[in-house]
Amino acid sequence: MADASSSTRGDLRIVDVTKSFGDFTAVDDLTLTIPEGSFFALLGPSGCGKTTTLRMIAGLEEPTQGSIHIGNTDITHTRPYQRPVNTVFQNYALFPHLSIFENIAFGLRRRGIKDVKEAVDKVLNLVELPHLAQRKPVQLSGGQQQRIALARAIVNRPALLLLDEPLGALDLKLRRQMQIELKWIQTEVGITFVHVTHDQEEAMTMADTIAVMNEGKVEQMGTPADLYDNPKTAFVANFLGQSNLIEGRIDGNDGDNFVVDVFGQKIKINKNRSHAKDSSVLAGVRPEKIRIQPAGTAMSGNVLTGGVISDASYIGVSTQYQVEMPWKQELMVFEQNDEGGQPLEKGDAVTLSWEPVFTFALDGREDAFAGSEVHADEQ
Amino acid sequence: MAFLHAAGSKVSSLKEKRSLLPYLLLAPGIIWLFTFFVLPIANLARTSTQTPTANGDTGSYEQTYRFANYIDAFLENKEQFSRSFIYAFLATVLALAIAYPLAYGIAFKSGKYKNLLLVLVVAPFFTSFLLRTIAWKQILGEEGPVIAILRGIHIIGDNTSLTASAFAVVTGMTYNFLPFMTLPLYASLERIDPRTMEAAGDLYANAFTTFRKVTVPLSMPGVVAGTLLTFIPAAGDYVNAAILGNPNTKMLGNVIESRFFKIVDYPTAAALSFTLMAAILILVTIYIRKAGTEELV
Repeated sequence: MADASSSTRGDLRIVDVTKSFGDFTAVDDLTLTIPEGSFFALLGPSGCGKTTTLRMIAGLEEPTQGSIHIGNTDITHTRPYQRPVNTVFQNYALFPHLSIFENIAFGLRRRGIKDVKEAVDKVLNLVELPHLAQRKPVQLSGGQQQRIALARAIVNRPALLLLDEPLGALDLKLRRQMQIELKWIQTEVGITFVHVTHDQEEAMTMADTIAVMNEGKVEQMGTPADLYDNPKTAFVANFLGQSNLIEGRIDGNDGDNFVVDVFGQKIKINKNRSHAKDSSVLAGVRPEKIRIQPAGTAMSGNVLTGGVISDASYIGVSTQYQVEMPWKQELMVFEQNDEGGQPLEKGDAVTLSWEPVFTFALDGREDAFAGSEVHADEQ
Repeated sequence: MAFLHAAGSKVSSLKEKRSLLPYLLLAPGIIWLFTFFVLPIANLARTSTQTPTANGDTGSYEQTYRFANYIDAFLENKEQFSRSFIYAFLATVLALAIAYPLAYGIAFKSGKYKNLLLVLVVAPFFTSFLLRTIAWKQILGEEGPVIAILRGIHIIGDNTSLTASAFAVVTGMTYNFLPFMTLPLYASLERIDPRTMEAAGDLYANAFTTFRKVTVPLSMPGVVAGTLLTFIPAAGDYVNAAILGNPNTKMLGNVIESRFFKIVDYPTAAALSFTLMAAILILVTIYIRKAGTEELV
């Protein structure tokens, strides 16, 4: 029996893993290293292969090809119960016939540990539910069950804790609270957390590192800020938050910047932030980075003129504008309501501007809408 | 004011109508049960303490409140009484042993054949109980396949037969009540969230421990329902013993049947019926208490 508490430790390495179900390739030649002690998120729309990846790490599915390692131990073909890995299941999968205490003690007892009381009490205190030890799962609320599922997993001190959409069944307010709590618990226990979710906000709040998955492959991996500020693909740009992607051509150089021609107007993009393969690019900028002024105002940085507001919605902290550009594309602009003065209205002619450092460039042959539809489906 | 008053009384009469509705819905069932269960039971109770009339006519009895009828009836038939419970117990255990893997297979491993297999479980009900039991006699008989195979591999000798034996009665009952065991077992296994089994594996339980610690406890409602649905009718059964048994395999059902219809000894038959009912009731109550599955049902 695996001694989860000591023997197998280290980084999780997924090497060239492919998983096919018949003709369908759920995970396509995935290679990934998850450092020990990190809070790692696999983010993507449903069907992107993230849950299959998680199940292969847990041992509930076997890879068609490739191998999975923890530290120096190859765990690819070991049974789930032989792995130093525990899972917080979607919908929790608590044992309905056992008390909360026995649910949490289940893993300890299977490993032949006789004196479970201290460990169980400690973890019940950690999730702040010591008074529920003798209840049955059905007597608990969704949020409480969620914490018990977490306690049942971490009490075993696994090398790796897997969380499969753990907050999906909770309401928004509770979800926010649990995000902060999960992050705190992870820091407290120091176990590697691998978190699967389709909720980009959840991933960004909790994870140190996010891998964005799409169609069985990792599109991009990095810190939340990295992914948000410097996406490498249109899918990441659209799936993580919202982006304006404008077709353009690289027209020349200006020091560290490319000069890009977008429908006759020139903007600058830092060369480090360009992922273009040739001169054809999609110039990207996040809606909240754009400043909006009445036409004719002198502005610095990247400036686009000729816009007309086609829609303005006031939503408290900000106003969201849709601006129709001369080339018939609608650009999104989120403006903080922190300046007062005359609000801009539908039909006003405007000029848009933003700092060149906020611009990124993607390969011009990409679908500018990749990742935006799936988003709308799931949220 | 008058208008308000009128409206008020209308509301209250509506309320009255509504409170009557549950009773109206229950009425057909209550009338049915009263006519075909309560009255006959009361009649049976009355009969059980009667004694033969003085003139000695067969089948003619008068009420003398002789409760000793119960003791006499029981002492005369102790053997059949205990045999009924032993056979019913054996048939229940056998049916459970056969039905559990079957129901487990249908619930978790049958894939697209699930519905077909369920139909097959129920299929025997399309022929009569009596016919199936007679067919069982053929299957176990001298010309049947079972005896040929068992003799072929020398499990039984050439002179041993299977029919007209306790073996035939118990296996016949097992067969006849198998669907009653399988269906509730299937229903409760089917309800188990497969993720709880995955969770057990995730928490260091191997396949056998998962089965013992998770699957079996969670299927207990089905086990209890199935064993009751098998044991209760099996304990009162007389068809299997009549068709597949011999004079030494008589069950209490056979005694009651012959007392009622052949000897026309109504008081003894009635007293035996009551004793059987009471014994089953007590056993079932103890069993349910012990199983303690209330909160899972």
